[in-house]
Amino acid sequence: MIAILDYGSGNLRSAERAFATSGLDVVVTSDRDSALEADGLVVPGVGAFAACMKGLNAVDGAAIIRERISKERPVLGICIGMQILFSKGTEHSENGGHTGVGIWPGEVSLLSAPILPHMGWNSVKSDSSSLLFQGVEDESFYFVHSYAAKTAVGKLQGWTTHGEEFLSAVEDGYVCATQFHPEKSGAAGLALIKNWSKSL
Amino acid sequence: MTLSVRIIACLDVTDGRVVKGVNFTNLVDAGDPVEMAALYGAEGADELTFLDISASVIGRETTLDIVRRTAEQVFIPLTVGGGIRSVEDVDRLLRAGADKVSINTAAIARPELIAEIADRFGSQVLVLSVDARRARTDSGFEVTTHGGREGVGIDALAWVEKACALGVGEILLNSMDADGTRAGYDIGMITAVREVSKVPLIASGGAGSLEDFSAALDAGADALLAASVFHFGIHRIGDVKSYLDSHKYPVRMQAAK
Repeated sequence: MIAILDYGSGNLRSAERAFATSGLDVVVTSDRDSALEADGLVVPGVGAFAACMKGLNAVDGAAIIRERISKERPVLGICIGMQILFSKGTEHSENGGHTGVGIWPGEVSLLSAPILPHMGWNSVKSDSSSLLFQGVEDESFYFVHSYAAKTAVGKLQGWTTHGEEFLSAVEDGYVCATQFHPEKSGAAGLALIKNWSKSL
Repeated sequence: MTLSVRIIACLDVTDGRVVKGVNFTNLVDAGDPVEMAALYGAEGADELTFLDISASVIGRETTLDIVRRTAEQVFIPLTVGGGIRSVEDVDRLLRAGADKVSINTAAIARPELIAEIADRFGSQVLVLSVDARRARTDSGFEVTTHGGREGVGIDALAWVEKACALGVGEILLNSMDADGTRAGYDIGMITAVREVSKVPLIASGGAGSLEDFSAALDAGADALLAASVFHFGIHRIGDVKSYLDSHKYPVRMQAAK
């Protein structure tokens, strides 16, 4: 069973359908127990960092994520769901930034690029021992974001360039994350979702 | 590697069917929207856009149902536009499965709507659709409404700058002069809008030959939208991508199985 955490961020219907193609049961939930007990928890997210943290806190999401990781239960963050795993986000902030869940150190900051948001299909330079990218090493994935993490965290990293190089994927034991949207990345995205699902 | 240029298939939908006309009139039936969306997705479209041109409430409900059914089986980004007047309209479409919405007339009538939508859902969900034509305004381009039939006395470039400041995440630039003619995108208009905007720019209206697509990219477009050339089989999406790839433009080739 995969749980997709519903904390009021974006449309979760297509994420639900995309993860269901893995063959596992999928539930969209904001219920603490369901989110804790699922084999895998997906933390999606679109919009702004601060708004996402606010929504996440309203369903006790940060505590759920921390508890799962401490119990070695897999978590997958997508887009803003990846960004909020860092210590800090500098989006729309005049006074030093917003606090994230803090699974990883470092901050998420504005990309230095002539055209933003970074919107569309881009490639990921992944590690050859990556689990997520097995079989889809040379494919492109769909990105929509203006902010990103730019320093390495976790055990394995994926990197993408838009104006500058940024962290587009992390595999760190029981916690994985992608800056792109696998649920919107066609066949390649579904393959990546299947790779993650098989690891649960 | 770098960000690929996007090829976007646009489906004009009314009362549950895809239609296409020339200069927004003389509409002819072009097929079932969900089937066509799935087909274009399989052929390698990078995004899909539904423009709801229904005049009736029932037509809009039908479109919501089409969005739902499409989002269940097509896993690429879907933009929906047409008749969006409020944050609630956006919420309804996003919940049905849209990833982005495009707004046009309602934003001209009430520009604050742009900021309202961007504040609630983020700029990345909001595409400003600009239906522009050549006219005697400051820049030589004016904004039109009602499918290009009515000029509203607003300079197109001034409007783009204002909308960007209010928080749109992307611009869909439709040339009303070129729409449906297959005589080429309006290159001058793309160049002019590119100069005043730093968000992604989608060129629309007039795609005919394969050279038209690369010309729009050279003028500064990030994405290329077309409807009739795809609906009527003049080009397949793969043909456009192969052409661009062979001319060294970055494109996403069809994913391996």
